[in-house]
Amino acid sequence: MKPQNAVITEVIHETPTITTLKTDIKLDALPGQFGMVWVRGLDEVPMALSHPDGITVQRVGEATAALSDMQVGDSIGIRGPFGNGFELKGNRIMLIAGGVGGAPLLPLARLAHSKGLDLTIVIGARTGDELLFEQQFSQCGSVSVATDDGSKGHHGLITELMNQFDLESFDQCYVCGPELMMKGVLNMLQARGIETHSQFSLHRYFKCGIGVCGACTIDPSGQRVCKDGPVFQGDMLIYSELGKYHRDATGKKIVY
Amino acid sequence: MVKTDLSVELTGLALENPTILAAGVLGTTGSSLKRMANSGAGAVVTKSIGIEPKVGHPNPTMFKLDCGFLNAMGLPNPAYKEFRGELDIAKEGGVPVIASVFGAHPDEFSEIIAGLDGADAYELNVSCPHAIGYGAVVGTDPVLVEEITRAAKQAASVPVWVKLTPNVTDIVEIGEAARKGGADAVVAVNTVRGMAIDIHSGYPILGNRFGGLSGAAIRPVAVKCVYDLYQALDIPVIGVGGISKWQDAVEMMMAGARAVQIGSAVFDSIDVFNDVTAGLARYLASHSMVLDDIIGLAHRKVGL
Repeated sequence: MKPQNAVITEVIHETPTITTLKTDIKLDALPGQFGMVWVRGLDEVPMALSHPDGITVQRVGEATAALSDMQVGDSIGIRGPFGNGFELKGNRIMLIAGGVGGAPLLPLARLAHSKGLDLTIVIGARTGDELLFEQQFSQCGSVSVATDDGSKGHHGLITELMNQFDLESFDQCYVCGPELMMKGVLNMLQARGIETHSQFSLHRYFKCGIGVCGACTIDPSGQRVCKDGPVFQGDMLIYSELGKYHRDATGKKIVY
Repeated sequence: MVKTDLSVELTGLALENPTILAAGVLGTTGSSLKRMANSGAGAVVTKSIGIEPKVGHPNPTMFKLDCGFLNAMGLPNPAYKEFRGELDIAKEGGVPVIASVFGAHPDEFSEIIAGLDGADAYELNVSCPHAIGYGAVVGTDPVLVEEITRAAKQAASVPVWVKLTPNVTDIVEIGEAARKGGADAVVAVNTVRGMAIDIHSGYPILGNRFGGLSGAAIRPVAVKCVYDLYQALDIPVIGVGGISKWQDAVEMMMAGARAVQIGSAVFDSIDVFNDVTAGLARYLASHSMVLDDIIGLAHRKVGL
């Protein structure tokens, strides 16, 4: 599909570095699916659909900076929804969100809440004011917080905070965040033998976004993050490149 | 029922079936190529590899149209030294691995081929329609195509295929040049130059402004090119362009293709190789024919 035109109707500054853009179009997406967001004349980048009519962007590069600076009335192009999305399983679930990783998890939390599931949500960020969607998540379930600098909640890693829970009691864990955080969570779930009860949303450098070019394939399975993913069951990732390396725009391996 | 034999000898390579993963599609890593081999491809072609790392064009680099796909990836690749290790992983798939190579002049092709030792064959990309100084810029000049092919043949100890652009007045002239340079086969066709514009804003959609059209829209173009090349050349023609079903493969082979490549159709399913192969086998069995009976059949029907 060609990009759809989406006019910005609302700009919400969620944290000092994270912005939500609401638009005049709704995408019929599953939680965890993504859109290819086109900043005309600049670049097109994959973005989690945090809302049916919105995306949530962290300022990290040129395109995300341009998106972060958008005003109401500006427009972008969106292709999608793409990818597989999360699958709700069981009655008692845990969501683990690191930084902007909360973006694909918010619609999942809302869907799970609407179905009456028992939700525990663990959010991590560098600082208290970088915590994303704390209020929105707390409307869906019980929220616990970890910050790197201790300015809010647990002072330390999200995995340390997870240790305070009986992880085996959850039917499913849903994870999105920085790669090394996800690897830490995966190791923890694996140590308890419950990695098959988890779903991770990965990020890789995308070009086509539709499963043809191969830029985002992961080793050693050769699966395409944009089409076979971005959500993978934890056990599929144990012997993978996750947490070891990713590839840049040329295809060269970049070690974490 | 006896299993229909779809094996084909192609420039000295033994393929279990005549479907090949096309260059530039799911060929960035060894593990992806291996997955395509395990998904039924009779051979796989890598992403085009050059002499220096290239990030390619800015996104959007590819999107789907009603009639096909437009892309302008811009030959992103990590350069041959970095890519060499991926070849070994790809070969674990157990099918021939063909390294696609691009360069600006004959010496570059020679250097890359020497550095990418271990490939079962090389496919010279003289046909990418949207990279400055590469691809179709060299592939529309018959003198240069002949020189590049000759240089590649000298550097390679395995077969050399030359992939042709349809964006020329007479593709046979370029095919002849490749043959004169010693090509073991020609591959036709690369994408057809194309462009799309976002009517909401006026911006060209591709980051590179224009690119190459693939998919169903170009199949008749490819069939005609393959038909003409088969008639003119005494080396095998490998058909590529818009094949997504077994019927398309049969048609391309009747035009003269000894094997076919499949690219954009992985969008629908990576099982496309198995599906095409199964359909081809059913077709041949029901018509009591073998592959050689359909290769070039259209020529025999109307008289060569």
